[in-house]
This record gives sequence, structure tokens and C-alpha cells, in this order.
Amino acid sequence: MLDLKEAYYWMTLIRSFEHRAKSLYRQGQLQGALHLSVGQEAVPVGVCSVLRDDDCVLSTHRSHGHYLAKTHDVEGAIAEMLGRATGCSKGCGGSMHLFNRAKGFLGSNGIVGGGIPIALGAAFAHFYQGTDGIGCTFFGDGAANQGTLHETLNLAALKKLPFLAVCENNGIAATTPTPVSTSDMERTKLAVAYGIPAERVDGNCVEEVAAAAERATAHIRQGKGPYLLDVRTYRVEPHCGIIMDNRDPEVARMWTEEKDALKGLRERHPEILTSEVTSRIEAEVAERLESAVAAALAAPEPELNHFRKTFGV
Amino acid sequence: MMKHISYLNAVTEALDEEMARDERIFLVGEDLDIDGGVWAETKGLVEKYGRRRVLGTPISESAFTGLAAGAAISGLRPVVEYMYPDFIHVAMDQVASQIAKARLMFGGQAPMPVVLRMCASGVGTREAAQHSELLEAWFAHLPGFQVVFPVTAADGKGLMKSALRADGPVVFFESRNVLYKKQDVPEGEYVVPIGKAEVIREGKDLTLVTYGYGRYKALDAASLMEGEIDAEVIDLRTLKPMDMETVMASVQKTGRLLVAQEAAPCCSIGSEVIRRVVEEGFGALKKAPRLVASKDVAIPFSANLEDYVVMQPADIVNAAAEMMN
Ligand SMILES: Cc1ncc(C[n+]2csc(CCOP(=O)(O)OP(=O)(O)O)c2C)c(N)n1
Repeated sequence: MLDLKEAYYWMTLIRSFEHRAKSLYRQGQLQGALHLSVGQEAVPVGVCSVLRDDDCVLSTHRSHGHYLAKTHDVEGAIAEMLGRATGCSKGCGGSMHLFNRAKGFLGSNGIVGGGIPIALGAAFAHFYQGTDGIGCTFFGDGAANQGTLHETLNLAALKKLPFLAVCENNGIAATTPTPVSTSDMERTKLAVAYGIPAERVDGNCVEEVAAAAERATAHIRQGKGPYLLDVRTYRVEPHCGIIMDNRDPEVARMWTEEKDALKGLRERHPEILTSEVTSRIEAEVAERLESAVAAALAAPEPELNHFRKTFGV
Repeated sequence: MMKHISYLNAVTEALDEEMARDERIFLVGEDLDIDGGVWAETKGLVEKYGRRRVLGTPISESAFTGLAAGAAISGLRPVVEYMYPDFIHVAMDQVASQIAKARLMFGGQAPMPVVLRMCASGVGTREAAQHSELLEAWFAHLPGFQVVFPVTAADGKGLMKSALRADGPVVFFESRNVLYKKQDVPEGEYVVPIGKAEVIREGKDLTLVTYGYGRYKALDAASLMEGEIDAEVIDLRTLKPMDMETVMASVQKTGRLLVAQEAAPCCSIGSEVIRRVVEEGFGALKKAPRLVASKDVAIPFSANLEDYVVMQPADIVNAAAEMMN
């Protein structure tokens, strides 16, 4: 069963993390590309609530939420995004290349569709070693149009590999609305074509995401092969830093006000998520985040000699 | 008469003029029909030419590159755009085994007038390993392509016009560091032929060959050295075919060859320049030629690491000083 307070904590943390990253970016302290997942927090938190440390996640360019939900490593994530030696990829990767092997996070990815078959490889490694772990990939609706997804689904189904495909269907890819890029919006049909069970899920309802992920992982761990979730959500921020899009303000208002994942969770469980509980969680999150940011800012940049030795340059 | 416009405006002008002249030319790539693409690299063209000739696509590099190949064999002249050069890897079969080879495989009967536009090539912007690739040597190595890398607004316009009129596939690299840089571009029809380098600074002590954004770093280095070393700076502009006449004429004069590039050194454009000069003009050399390049490693994120890995003007100055000793 999903621990609602825990879910609320991590969803709040991811949202605050993204807002903090944005302000660091605006101040010029955080450089490079920055893809924020504000509004989509229920997806990684719901899915990762049923994953174990030995289950492996492959992620996308928009990966902070996935990383935080899977690893709980706030400190390593922010330090990486600030290019510090203490970052989870030692300052070599930045926002688009987070990594944490011990916690089963096998990489964010700068190439759309690039992580999908790698998750199949992680699934295969579990199969090969006879463990009941899972390889899970998050990918956007835009990435669903890459050949890698189609090839991977077929191969996963063919070999009955323990593979979970989570389409984070946020209605837009960079500046392209999904209906403009996709001939059939129903992404579950992709799975049907390969004989893979699939569900469409309300991605702004963490309980529904967790329940669907529970059904999916139960199926997969029984050795029955892959599963696909088409999770509907909404990306609140622009694609990346400065790239703007022309989305309907009324639709944006509906998602940010009426369908907001945190607000919905509070309203559905007023007896558990009382205002005292949520205020306490928010204060804990703020404190943890601020100390992670402070530690990262105080941390040294990657040591040049170490870099030279490691990579032979 | 000159006008002062950005690199991208100049290239867009070339596209516009040639699309008006030649009905067979069309553009294809992600988001091209939405506000002129993410870099505003085709601004105004969808409004003027419509969605038949400015074809926005899903994130499906392999499919839209193949579409361009098939359209080209069928008589059209596609310009295929990749948001970043790194993304062309997804389409590499269509690029390397299909577009590059079709003409030869089918005995010269399959035309392939495709322009592959690598919109935001470059390093130095903290975009890390998968958004910082400099791939020009890959395409120069593959038989079948002409490769150009203009980095001024005028060269952008002039070389795009030549690329759009070329018979075979042209890989058109564009530096992300100059996309919005405003420079003088001649009014009216302006064409820069493929295969012509430019001497951008005259000098007598040493020939400094460069290309891409290296042009600006080489010019910086040349002014840092001014008074001590008088460097002649050459921007290749076209990497294949390489303008050896211009390079050799300069080496004959200076007797020293230094090549500066932002790409990694192994099997690179710079190595090729040196090979050609050694083979074709060894007698003119007073010193062993040298290549200053970025380090042989992918681009790391952190600023101090990226600056260490990427070739900097100071590296050029140091190498030049050593060569003058
Ligand atoms: C192969 C490749 N093509 C294009 C891009 C540029 N790009 C980065 S993110 C993105 C949109 C991705 O959309 P989607 O998969 O729906 O994920 P979202 O951004 O919505 O989370 C694009 C086009 C890329 N990084 N890799």
C-alpha cells in the first residue's frame, strides 16, 4: 500500500527541487540544459513506490523527479546539476546525466529514446542472473515516435523479459503538441501491437499510478513478460530554460489549478494529510533542500588531476 | 552594399531565395513548422511556403532522414535538419549506408541532392557529452559527402546556396556560438563555392589553419601573439573537398603549419590537413607541423572540466611559440 505521507513528502520535494533549480539557473549558478518536471511529480513517485533498489530505472532528459523518487539522493542530484565533485556523476554529467548504480538508477539521457533499450538490457541482466528484478524505462510521448521503443517492445515481448515501459504522456514534446506529432494518441495500442498488456493511467493521481505500477510489477515479477503504462500528465514549465511554447492557457490553468497532483492528494485524504501534517512535511522538505543546496554550493568543483587520471587525458 | 544580419537570418535568406527559385527544395525536421524551429532557424518559411515544403516531424530522425533519401532519389531536393548534430546518430543507417552510398551502388543513377543541416554544433555551453559532439570528421571520412562548416553570416548564406545547388549530399555544419551573431552580408545574390578556403588574416611567420568556431579562437590567438608571431590564419570553410591550393600557398610562404580545431585530434580534419601538407609540400616545411585540438574524451559538464578539455586560444599561442623556437 502506498504510504501517503511518504508520497506527499517526495512529490513536494521534487516540486521544490525543480523550483529551486530554476532559481539557481536564473542566477547563473546552474548552467547548461535544464528540463523541469513540475506538475508530473506523481508519475515517478507512484511508479518508484513499488520498485526496489535492485530494480533498475532508465530515464530521459527530464529526469530529476525520476532520480529523486528512485534514489532519494537529493544531495547528489543538486550537486551534480551544479557541476560539483560530490555530484552523483562526479560533476561530469549535469542535469541530463544523473546516475546512481547502488540505488538502481542507470542514467538519465540526453538522446530522446536512447534509454529505452538500455532498460531492456537491465531487464535482461535480471533474467540472466535469475533474479526477479525489473528494468524500467520512463519515456515521453515524443520518444514514443522513436524506433527504439518499437524495437524494444517487440524484443521484450518476444523474450518475455521483465521490462516495464512508462510513457510519461504530458501532451507535448519540446514545442510540438502530441496530436501534431502522433497519429494515434492512445499509446496503450503500441503495446497491444506486440501482445503486451497495457493500461492508461491518470498521471496526476499518485494512488492510481502506484496501483497500476503494482499490477504491472506483479505481472512482470511472475515471469509473464513486459507491461506498458500510458500515464497522462501535464508539463507545467517550458520545455527547457528559454524555449517557450504556445499552449492553451485555459488547459494550463485546468492542469495547474484543478488537476494539480499535490492539491488532489491533499483533498482526497484530508484525514491523513491534515494541514498540520502537510505543513510539517513542507518545512522538512524546505530544510532538507536548503541544506543540500548549501552543501553543493560549498562543495569543490571536480578535481582536474583526478579527471585526467580517470580518463587518461 | 552590405546588410548587417544574424548568421541564421543569412542562412534563412539563402533557403528562401533558393526555395523560390527551385520548387524541388523542401525542408524537413523536428518542429520546423512551429515558430521557425527551436533555434528560429527557418523563421518565416512555413508562412511563405506552407507545410508541404516545410515539413515538421515527430522525433523520428531515422524515418525523416530516410524520407529525405527517398524523396531525393525521386527528384526532390531535401534539406534535413537535426536540432543538434548528436541526434543524427539515431539516423546513422540512413545517413551512412543509404544517402552516402546510393549514387555509387546504383551506378551513378540514383541522385542524392540532400543537405544535412547540423544546426547547433559546438562546445563550450555546458551542455555535456550528448549535446556537444563535433562530428565533421565522421562525414569527411565517409566517402560520398561534401562537408562544409561556415561560421560567418556571409559564408552561411553563400555556402547554403551552393549546398542547395550541389549534385550530391552535403553535410552543413553550423556553430551554435554564432547562430545569432550579426555580421555583414552582401546584398542580393551571394554564393560561396564549395571547396574554397579563405585567408582571414595575412601573416608571414606561421600558417594557422582552422575551421568552425575555431576561426574565432584562432583570430583571438593571432591578436594575442601580435608583435611577436605574425600568423596567417586560414578558415577552411569547406572541409571536404579541402582547398589545398590556398593552404599550400600559405605554407610555401611561412614554412610552418599549425592546425587548430575544437574537435578531438584522432583521425580528424586537422590530421588530414597535416597529412596533405606533408605529402604535397614536405619540402616547404621548416618545422614539424602541429595540431592543437580538444582532448580525446567526451565533453564533461562541469565548467572547469569542459574548459580543460576544449581547445582554447592559449593552447594555440603556446604551440605557436614552441614552433617559432
Ligand atoms: C534523438 C533526439 N532528438 C531530438 C532531441 C531534442 N529534444 C530533447 S527533448 C525533446 C522533446 C521530448 O519530448 P518527450 O519525449 O515527449 O518528453 P518531454 O520533454 O515531454 O518530457 C526533443 C525534441 C533529443 N534530445 N534527442
